[in-house]
Amino acid sequence: MNILVCISKTPDTTAKVAFKDKNTKFASEGVQWIINPYDEWYGLVRAIELKEKDPSIIIHLITVAGADADPIIRKALALGGDEAFRINVDSQDSYYVAAQVAAFAGQGRYDLLFTGRETIDYNGSSIGGMLAELLQLPYISLATQFELSGTIATVKREIEGGEETDQVSLPCVVSCQKGVAEQRIPNMKGIMGARTKPLKVLEAVAAESMTSIVSFELPPAKAGVKLVPADQPEELVRLLHEEAKLI
Amino acid sequence: MPVLIYIDHADGHIKKSSYELLSYGAGLAELLGTSAEGIILGTFPEDLSALGKYGVRKIHQVSQGHLNESDSQVLTQVLSEAVKQTGAQVMLFTNNITGKAIAPRLSARLKAGLVSGAVALPDISDGFVVRKNVFSGKAFANVKVQTEIKIISLNPNSFQPKEVGGTAEMVELFLSPVSSNLKIVSTEKASGEIPLSEAEIVVSGGRGLKGPENWGILLDLAKELGAATACSRPVADAHWRPHHEHVGQTGLAIAPNLYIAIGISGAIQHLAGVNRSKTIVVINKDPEAPFFKAADYGIVGDAFEVVPKITEAVKKLKSAH
Ligand SMILES: Cc1cc2nc3c(=O)[nH]c(=O)nc-3n(C[C@H](O)[C@H](O)[C@H](O)COP(=O)(O)OP(=O)(O)OC[C@H]3O[C@@H](n4cnc5c(N)ncnc54)[C@H](O)[C@@H]3O)c2cc1C
Ligand SMILES: Nc1ncnc2c1ncn2[C@@H]1O[C@H](COP(=O)(O)O)[C@@H](O)[C@H]1O
Repeated sequence: MNILVCISKTPDTTAKVAFKDKNTKFASEGVQWIINPYDEWYGLVRAIELKEKDPSIIIHLITVAGADADPIIRKALALGGDEAFRINVDSQDSYYVAAQVAAFAGQGRYDLLFTGRETIDYNGSSIGGMLAELLQLPYISLATQFELSGTIATVKREIEGGEETDQVSLPCVVSCQKGVAEQRIPNMKGIMGARTKPLKVLEAVAAESMTSIVSFELPPAKAGVKLVPADQPEELVRLLHEEAKLI
Repeated sequence: MPVLIYIDHADGHIKKSSYELLSYGAGLAELLGTSAEGIILGTFPEDLSALGKYGVRKIHQVSQGHLNESDSQVLTQVLSEAVKQTGAQVMLFTNNITGKAIAPRLSARLKAGLVSGAVALPDISDGFVVRKNVFSGKAFANVKVQTEIKIISLNPNSFQPKEVGGTAEMVELFLSPVSSNLKIVSTEKASGEIPLSEAEIVVSGGRGLKGPENWGILLDLAKELGAATACSRPVADAHWRPHHEHVGQTGLAIAPNLYIAIGISGAIQHLAGVNRSKTIVVINKDPEAPFFKAADYGIVGDAFEVVPKITEAVKKLKSAH
């Protein structure tokens, strides 16, 4: 069984969000890059858990990015996974990235493809679905639990106000979120081992992009908090009722 | 070349976000000088022509045969045919669970550029540019869509529904049947609760509440306000509250009209999931808690004393009206 885990790099969750070049580019100077949490904590770790149960499983990692993604790919390899592939091109838009991954994955090469629920910078929630469509595979989005029995996947996923359990035959694409696995930290053995694991750099295939970012904007600053004394909670309720008109 | 609006429904209810989307679609159609039309899959217990009051003139219904509505592959095939039959130039979804499952697939299938998480009507003065949320609510991006057919998924609670009057003509849309490879084994719904993503008011608790046994004060306030409940990540991780209540960067991102944070410090990863709320109230005993910087109203005080008093005051207010 072959599993492909999609990995993307995102700014550290505490990074300052600022823009440059007339607000057309993210100001990435000094920003610490991390593995997108949904890819790391959930998709990747679940793949590793499956391999721990069945050592015949092969895990490949893929990222569409420039060389600045190498440290996070190495970290992903240190967590687990057998081999990594980097498609050496800056991502243009979701469709462009999905097309690169789809071209790499091809027909029938992988039984299972994991993505994260979304990237925490672009918040597209798109690449998993696009990839599934390009490969003509079933897509289970927003998974909160993933079990495998032979070639049947049983997946719990979020629905409005609850959860649903679905069953589907492999191959399929699954987007992972909280619940699918528990966060891990790489151990020394993993970190040492990752140095010798192959990280192959591939050239991009020709693909279109359908959208482009014209500019970024920061939201207007808040006016500042209006504090109400702790012994006058009814004043808060009055403000919410009369001033904010919310209750 | 209409604007086609996906009307999302479950258990005999049209989702609140779909009313927002209908109004958004009507606004967009006006901008483009075309008509707004709805599409609904499956049967519905009530007459839907009344939805015309949001400005849609026609609603296509696909009620024949059985559609596995949990299967994004099935819905994508059905909707791509619907887009072709109606000649739609823009297809609209809500950026909710359904929208996230179908919009990207449809985008890849139709080669139609997608903007997910839109928060405003497009600017068509120079192309077709849609503003969307990025960096988990910390910024916006203006995204240009270059393809002929366009798909937008609109964030819930970012567009005010507007009633303009009128009725919609109902038309049955006949599409080729599609079989599914996905089997639904079971569904579990928390009954009676207000789904977090649809709630107008959310009352949320953090580690400051000390333990699950103390949630009563928060639940009482939520009940009095008709609010949904949420929590910070450590609270869900410690199983004090169910996982689906976890909001933030790695949980659910919500945008209610009112978010009341009780005993939550306001870490940047928490804010990422709630900073789109229209009004934020923070109750924290530490005046230096970072959350106060993002708040509109605040009380510096002990939640165990303050919250029951707020609940009382809400009760009083309600009985006076
Ligand atoms: C990659 C990453 C992703 C993350 N994602 C998320 C996420 O999605 N959502 C999330 O919430 N967190 C997330 N976190 C964790 C986040 O950084 C914080 O640790 C977390 O939000 C803190 O939760 P808290 O405010 O409940 O607890 P604490 O930080 O412990 O704060 C408790 C607060 O309660 C106050 N308090 C104590 N007693 C009382 C009282 N009696 N009355 C009133 N106030 C009181 C204290 O003053 C304090 O401010 C993430 C972290 C990382 C690294
Ligand atoms: N550049 C990339 N390379 C590989 N996978 C990616 C890339 N960008 C996003 N993904 C995957 O697609 C998921 C959803 O991303 P998005 O649609 O951008 O929110 C992420 O969680 C990743 O698993």
